[in-house]
Amino acid sequence: MARTLTFKIFRYNPFDENSVPKMQEYKLDETPRLNLYSALYRIKDELDPTLMFDFVCRAGICGSCGMTINGRPTLACRTLTKDLPDVIELHPLPFFKMLGDLSVDTGIWFREMAQSVESWIHTEKEFDPTAEEERMDNKIANDIYENERCIECGCCLAGCATAQVYTDFLGATGLNRIGRFMIDPRDKRTQEEWFELVSTDEGVFGCIGMMGCDDVCPKDLPLLEVFAYVRRKMMVSLTAK
Amino acid sequence: MGQVFTTDVLIIGAGLAGERVAVESAKNGLDVTLLSLVPPRRSHSSAAQGGMQASLGNSNKGAGDNPTVHWLDTVKGSDWGADQEVARIFADNAPIAMREMAHYGVPWNRVVGGPTDYFIKGKKVTLEEPKENEGLITARDFGGTAKWRTCYTADGTGHTVLYAMDNLVSQYGITVHDRMEAISLIHENNRCYGAIVRSLKEGSLNIYYAKSTVIATGGYGRIYGASTNAVINEGTGVSIALDTGEIPLGNMEAVQFHPTGIVPTDILVTEGCRGDGGLLLDVDEYRFMPDYEPEKQELASRDVVSRRMKEHMLKGKGVKSPYGDHLWLDLRHLGEKHLKTKLREVYDICMYFIGVNPITELVPVRPTQHYSMGGIRVNKDGHSYNMEGLFSAGEAACWDMHGFNRLGGNSLAETIVAGMVVGEAVSEFTKGTELKISSSLGEKFRKIQEDKITQFYNNEGKDTVIQIRNEMAEILSNYVGIFRTGDGLKKAVDDLKTLYKRAINVKVVTKTAGRNPELTEAIKLPGMVKLALTIAKGALDRTESRGAHTREDYPARDDENWLNRTLARWPEGADEPTLTYEPVGLLDLPPGDRGYGGGQMVKMDKSLDEYNKIVDKLQKESGKLDTLEKIGEKLPKELWKES
Ligand SMILES: Cc1cc2nc3c(=O)[nH]c(=O)nc-3n(C[C@H](O)[C@H](O)[C@H](O)COP(=O)(O)OP(=O)(O)OC[C@H]3O[C@@H](n4cnc5c(N)ncnc54)[C@H](O)[C@@H]3O)c2cc1C
Ligand code: SF4
Ligand code: SF4
Ligand code: FES
Repeated sequence: MARTLTFKIFRYNPFDENSVPKMQEYKLDETPRLNLYSALYRIKDELDPTLMFDFVCRAGICGSCGMTINGRPTLACRTLTKDLPDVIELHPLPFFKMLGDLSVDTGIWFREMAQSVESWIHTEKEFDPTAEEERMDNKIANDIYENERCIECGCCLAGCATAQVYTDFLGATGLNRIGRFMIDPRDKRTQEEWFELVSTDEGVFGCIGMMGCDDVCPKDLPLLEVFAYVRRKMMVSLTAK
Repeated sequence: MGQVFTTDVLIIGAGLAGERVAVESAKNGLDVTLLSLVPPRRSHSSAAQGGMQASLGNSNKGAGDNPTVHWLDTVKGSDWGADQEVARIFADNAPIAMREMAHYGVPWNRVVGGPTDYFIKGKKVTLEEPKENEGLITARDFGGTAKWRTCYTADGTGHTVLYAMDNLVSQYGITVHDRMEAISLIHENNRCYGAIVRSLKEGSLNIYYAKSTVIATGGYGRIYGASTNAVINEGTGVSIALDTGEIPLGNMEAVQFHPTGIVPTDILVTEGCRGDGGLLLDVDEYRFMPDYEPEKQELASRDVVSRRMKEHMLKGKGVKSPYGDHLWLDLRHLGEKHLKTKLREVYDICMYFIGVNPITELVPVRPTQHYSMGGIRVNKDGHSYNMEGLFSAGEAACWDMHGFNRLGGNSLAETIVAGMVVGEAVSEFTKGTELKISSSLGEKFRKIQEDKITQFYNNEGKDTVIQIRNEMAEILSNYVGIFRTGDGLKKAVDDLKTLYKRAINVKVVTKTAGRNPELTEAIKLPGMVKLALTIAKGALDRTESRGAHTREDYPARDDENWLNRTLARWPEGADEPTLTYEPVGLLDLPPGDRGYGGGQMVKMDKSLDEYNKIVDKLQKESGKLDTLEKIGEKLPKELWKES
């Protein structure tokens, strides 16, 4: 027998003075192979055109659809209803600014993060269009890619105790970004420059290492290793001082 | 209400093409504003996993490659529909663009010298990778190319290149306004002055004035309903150009399909599945492909397999599901080891997104819209026809290196090459111009949009947005899909015309503050139907088969009558587009056989010289603006003969 699913969805429209936060219920018959992307579109198309949520790639690549599903921050497009109980509770990711129902403003936060960690290759070299590319070991390329896989979904921030207290905390995603540039031989930032950037409460020392982030990261980024790497690098420059 | 912004360069769309134009303009010292529906890194470009073509020729199977070979593949792939000079500009610059992105941080996979194992057509092969190229950018194989030239970063090429590009956007301090939707251009006397932009946060209507405006809004596959494109690829950027009544769209009937999108969600699973022995089954679990294509069976070309699948479903042999009809892809016999190693990506997609285990279960698939070759017609500088100060690049544009069929790996590469080339032209134009305009012009265009919104609330129509969208998708997939006939297309055009009237009459029932999702969808709906109709009309009138445009009733490619590009304009108040035609561009490689895809040909009577003599003149008559350098400057004569 096909199940009837009960969705309890957090509703709030911050642009409407009369809106008050509440949970709203929707019933949906479970069709085969249903995931939360298809389910939420069905609710919007068939039951309630006012419901707000964000999907772009619906393939686990773009990081748009982070939300809290029965208490756990994860990607909705990659969540199948068959793995969930009859009652499915959906909340927007905490930490980010609310835009409406399940939709939050990750864009501004991640852009500020990119500015504050100066998320680009720092080099004096100019690009020379006539020259052969600089060589790179394929292993290093793969290592960089391993960190570069972060899709800025924000789940790690939603799962992080420090981030809830210090809004300036870079979070796992920010520290991971720093790690990504630290291992990149093209980036010429010095130990001192890294130290200044990272060794603050917003940076690596704000992290209390409970690894809530590592549990929830839908891309299974090796956050534990990244933190260890960044810390080690910082300790080296600390002892060198 | 909303705000008024002024900038030198306004770029609508922050995928790879838009961001690359932005970076070029910023390098030129211009003030740039980037708009996007979503945070830029979430743009569809991030979802392209395969790779980008550039003839670096560093790997074993890339040896001997050069821009001319790449150019040849591209022009042949286009079924001679491409502008050969543009294809040349592309092929020449692609290697530079890849190296540049390496400089800016893309972790391209690199050559590892020594013996390396590959799977080629399902068989394990060991190749010797050149030691002397160790550490240079390597490449993988993609369909339709003479050499392996697709540069990649593991399974995340689009992601890493977009992230590197967006890092540059941060580095240059470029202004980014995300969750913004351009819903109209501001223009007067064939000069564009910016756009009216609706905030998808609070719903305000804002005026953006700019010396030059660039549309880089990507593909619009979502009008087909089932599409591998991201859900935001709905074509508003392209339709606002059409709305001006002045700017033509090029070759809108040229649409590419992919045989295996999974159901539901339409995520693409790679061709590799069939290459490695995957079989297609129908509702009776009967293997039908050998009946249609006894020789190639499941391994016939993308177009052919997609067409046969659709044909079989129309015979009632599809599997019914709540998400529409589909067929089965059977991978079970390949075994667990193969599926969990070689086809790992496919295994993951099935498990994660539809919960189907391909080791033990059949995978539901159907042919799915994949790529739009057509778009805003521009000259080789990316400058639109008839509208000074309006440029376009990327999938939204018809720059026209793809003609009637684009090669895998060429579109992602196009975004950064066009971004570079068009970015230079935009910069040059912008530096040489001033913003002279009365402030009431923006208000006038904003008022038009305000009135439209009020109209949606006051409308009396009985349809909902979703009804119209579903009907549009149905019409397109039945009659304007992979294989087309005059009768079907005629019906599609008629039905879409009626649908257009219903679309502008949709009533928005809910009236909430903020972005109001129902209103957001209603605003773009008429534009989507217009694009659908433009595709259908173009396909109806083009009585030949070329590349992805396959007419059952006109199976031959007809170079005598149809070696041209369709231009579609939508005059104000009209109920359908007006079509004209222009030559494809200067010819250097004479039209010939593609060497695959089969098909008949009607040869052109004219000589290449005769054809070439009329190109510039006729294109100018079609509205092409002057280019920075004369046409033909970048098309060396008969260089290809040496390759
Ligand atoms: C599943 C899939 C896989 C692919 N794989 C490959 C591959 O391996 N190799 C390859 O070469 N090609 C591939 N392609 C094609 C390629 O990904 C696209 O052609 C390319 O990414 C388009 O880039 P773009 O910059 O033109 O547009 P996009 O990346 O789509 O960006 C469009 C931008 O415009 C914005 N926008 C849209 N409308 C508006 C509006 N009205 N107002 C404001 N902003 C707007 C969006 O927010 C976005 O920022 C693939 C396509 C698909 C669907
Ligand atoms: S380890 Fe804990 S404190 Fe540190 S980033 Fe992860 S969740 Fe936050
Ligand atoms: S680190 Fe993981 S959880 Fe955090 S934003 Fe990146 S992908 Fe998401
Ligand atoms: S919609 Fe892109 S990750 Fe879910």
